[in-house]
Amino acid sequence: MSVIELTIIILIGSYFAGLLGSLTGLGGGFVIVPLLTIALHVDIHYAIGASLVSVIATSSGSAAAYVKEGITNMRLGMFLEIATTAGAMTGAILAIYIPTHYIAILFGCILIASALLSLRNKAEHITKEKSYLAEKLKLNNSYPTADGSVEYSVTNVGGGFFMMLFAGVLSGLLGIGSGALKVVAMDGIMKIPFKVSTTTSNFMIGVTAAASAVVYLQRGYIDPGLSMPVVIGVVLGALSGSKILVQSTSSKWIRVVFSVVVSILAIEMIYNGLVGKI
Amino acid sequence: MNTFKDRDMQSVIGWVLRIGVYLSIGFVVFGGIFYLYRHGHSIVDHSVFKGVPDFISTGSGIIHGIITFRGQAIMQAGIILLIATPIIRVACSAIGFILEKDYLYTCITLLVLLIIFISLLGGHTG
Repeated sequence: MSVIELTIIILIGSYFAGLLGSLTGLGGGFVIVPLLTIALHVDIHYAIGASLVSVIATSSGSAAAYVKEGITNMRLGMFLEIATTAGAMTGAILAIYIPTHYIAILFGCILIASALLSLRNKAEHITKEKSYLAEKLKLNNSYPTADGSVEYSVTNVGGGFFMMLFAGVLSGLLGIGSGALKVVAMDGIMKIPFKVSTTTSNFMIGVTAAASAVVYLQRGYIDPGLSMPVVIGVVLGALSGSKILVQSTSSKWIRVVFSVVVSILAIEMIYNGLVGKI
Repeated sequence: MNTFKDRDMQSVIGWVLRIGVYLSIGFVVFGGIFYLYRHGHSIVDHSVFKGVPDFISTGSGIIHGIITFRGQAIMQAGIILLIATPIIRVACSAIGFILEKDYLYTCITLLVLLIIFISLLGGHTG
């Protein structure tokens, strides 16, 4: 295939990946890696490298907007970044040694798990329970809503930290943002309001991906010719996604469609991994 | 006083992230045009992993490539800038926490930077 054909196909595919990723909150990486490996027969290491770069672009772009609104809990993000960056470094180094077909199988499994997690109902809960560690680390905070500032507390700091370590490893190993897992850690385990969880997760994704991208870069996994259409496509897709999101509030069906697409891709990845084609 | 400074840090960080993303995407698009113009009709095969071309695997190679308008070098410079953006954001937070005299969080932030630095070395030797 010629460079120009490949670039156009990847650009279009990445646009839709970015669009769906932003509408569902799962991120573009989930579609990019299967698109490149299964449809275009790109080596999985290059695919993961390109995906990581696009993850950094979308996360940084949207974090810039969220940070200004004051919803992001920067101290919480900073503290948990210890876990995610340490995990990401471990994941990126593991990726060098683990055979590629195992990476493909793991990717498929995490894909399905994340799709299921994204379908669950998001109930806004605010806890006032005081935890010693959260108090010491100044994690309790407040966030602005339509009815004024709402105070919240953070619980189970240790459990959340451990989950973030795991999310970091997966991010470094698979080239995804692991946003779904980060939200589970904060919203599910640490009982942080959903809005704060999602924006803080987004804030952390860029740093997490950067920690593993430095390893990938030096290993030659980040090919500029391949990453170029991926980054441009995903960023444009995510921009369109954020515009649509503002206009329509009923995004349940989009998430269902995405989950179906993701499950098909996941099964493909697992199958290709099992027969050793990846 | 404290909240005022937190607000300050938020706007600086938002600003750093935005400039980083715009600048790096600009580099990638600009380099991409050169790359497609020169290599658009070449045949590529990414199915076998063989690293990246030698001239973009070192810093000096990339700088030389940018001066001579080689598309791949310009794109790679954009990608490196993009990867550096969140790291610069962390460094800015460290300065912000020092200004706020929040020494606990200064240490936490420096620890994150240290981990990224170790990761940088790990990629070389591992």
